Amino acid sequence: MLGYTGACAANARTRPDSPIPASAGVGLKPAHYQHILEHRPAIGWFEVHPENYMGAGGPPHRYLEAIRERYPLSLHGVGLSIGGAHPLDREHLGRLAALVRRYQPALFSEHLAWSTHTRGFMNDLLPLPYNDETLAHVAGHIGEVQDALGRRMLVENPATYLRFEDSSIAETRFLEELATRTGCGLLLDVNNVHVSGTNHGFDPAAYLDRFPMRFVEEIHVAGHVRREDDLGKPLLIDSHDAPVADPVWALLEQALQDTGPIPVLVEWDSSIPAWDGLMREASRAQQILHARTTQEHRHHAATA
Amino acid sequence: MPRLLDTQNDFAAAVRDPESALPPGLLGRAREVPSLRFGVYRNNVGSSLVDAVAANYPTVQRLVGTQFFRAMVQVYVGNALPETPVLIHYGATFPEFVAAFEPAQRLPYLADVARIDWAWHQAYHAAEAQPLAPEQFATIPADELAKRRMLLHPSVDALSSPWPALSIWHTNRHDETVKPIDLRSGGEDTLVCRPAHEVGVWHLPAGGADFLHALAGQTTLSEATRHTAERTPDFDLTRTLQALLASGAFTGIR
Repeated sequence: MLGYTGACAANARTRPDSPIPASAGVGLKPAHYQHILEHRPAIGWFEVHPENYMGAGGPPHRYLEAIRERYPLSLHGVGLSIGGAHPLDREHLGRLAALVRRYQPALFSEHLAWSTHTRGFMNDLLPLPYNDETLAHVAGHIGEVQDALGRRMLVENPATYLRFEDSSIAETRFLEELATRTGCGLLLDVNNVHVSGTNHGFDPAAYLDRFPMRFVEEIHVAGHVRREDDLGKPLLIDSHDAPVADPVWALLEQALQDTGPIPVLVEWDSSIPAWDGLMREASRAQQILHARTTQEHRHHAATA
Repeated sequence: MPRLLDTQNDFAAAVRDPESALPPGLLGRAREVPSLRFGVYRNNVGSSLVDAVAANYPTVQRLVGTQFFRAMVQVYVGNALPETPVLIHYGATFPEFVAAFEPAQRLPYLADVARIDWAWHQAYHAAEAQPLAPEQFATIPADELAKRRMLLHPSVDALSSPWPALSIWHTNRHDETVKPIDLRSGGEDTLVCRPAHEVGVWHLPAGGADFLHALAGQTTLSEATRHTAERTPDFDLTRTLQALLASGAFTGIR
């Protein structure tokens, strides 16, 4: 049984009643715990890396519990290695299932990438070739995860710096096939689209046109840095350590035209600014969402 | 997954060895050898793992300075990848690595400072438990007490150093300007525990770490006392018990 047939996956076109609002959220960082509890900022929701909450107890759990009581939560994994050739780490999957039971997140997502190998965990989202063999393999892993967690997951498009001679399927098509075969949803990271587009010389807007938007339930925006590749051409690094760039905001607007208003997350994972700095980015995402919502209302009013 | 497995074997080996040739089958923008592109992955893996260890050893980093610290951790990371994606468990063997790391030999106390950092980090993430109130302990008659065994708090750890490791740790961890510590001031025993929200780090009387380890091995209080006194003739049981009770190191008595 590959496809997850729980209630959530009944029809991929109908969005499940997600307690995550169609508003801007941010990645939750320890540096902001105190501020959030003291000031209860007007932010729609938070996202965390579950791996950071896999200790037995202590302040991380105390803060997360307090914040979870007040805000919707999404878990965004970085350690499952669903693109890995090796079998999934059942122990890690067990830890994840326990965390899902404890915090009841509204969404769980992971990356189309691999990070674990025979020698251990490499702590980076490594790329994989897209072909029939890897498609069947990754789909199998997604099915296993959804069965173990008893819920649907979202899979995120990666930022990549290399491609493989061995790839025979376009990334957008690969993701669409994964969603169709397994009933999983998709997380569209528009910064990753901009980064990969620049790095591999494709048009990000055209990529979005091909993206299977009907499966998208969450969008990420983030900052990147610019370097040079071996030919002296721009090579963007998905560094999550800077404000969101203008072309990425434009891609967010474009994506929301297709998806309608859905949760948008600002990721900022290193050189983390004070809360107000993060909130400025979230406010901009919120404005873009708001403009999209207003537009939708006008449309409905006109066609009513 | 023979083909994918081969691809990932080659990729992983090349990521881990910066001197090696790139694996076959990779494409950059055109026909170039995509060394800088592959270097992004090498750098991401290497520096993120160094960051992960650094997060768990802030005092060691301050003590030796960022440059030396990162160079040292890079060697450590090169030897051993994390066994799981839960990076809060990564770096448990770093103190032993530091003890054997040739360029750090002129700081013989460094490994013990690293052990205190690790104990602090473990206590921070340990399971929650309600500490035993000192009054509860006081209600048990002394002759009865000798036969009892103590239940230790999940966050507790103790270590003994032939150096003033705790004084060195403390000033490097907390003081704006690091105070000079006289290395001839002798060895120190350290207790680490998180009875509630905050991790506490305390001095224990000489032999205190031995005593706690004996109790952790499920010996009775009298056995633990005898064991400790054999190695530390002037072991002060009363002061040690007071320190352990006050810090919340116990959760019960059996």
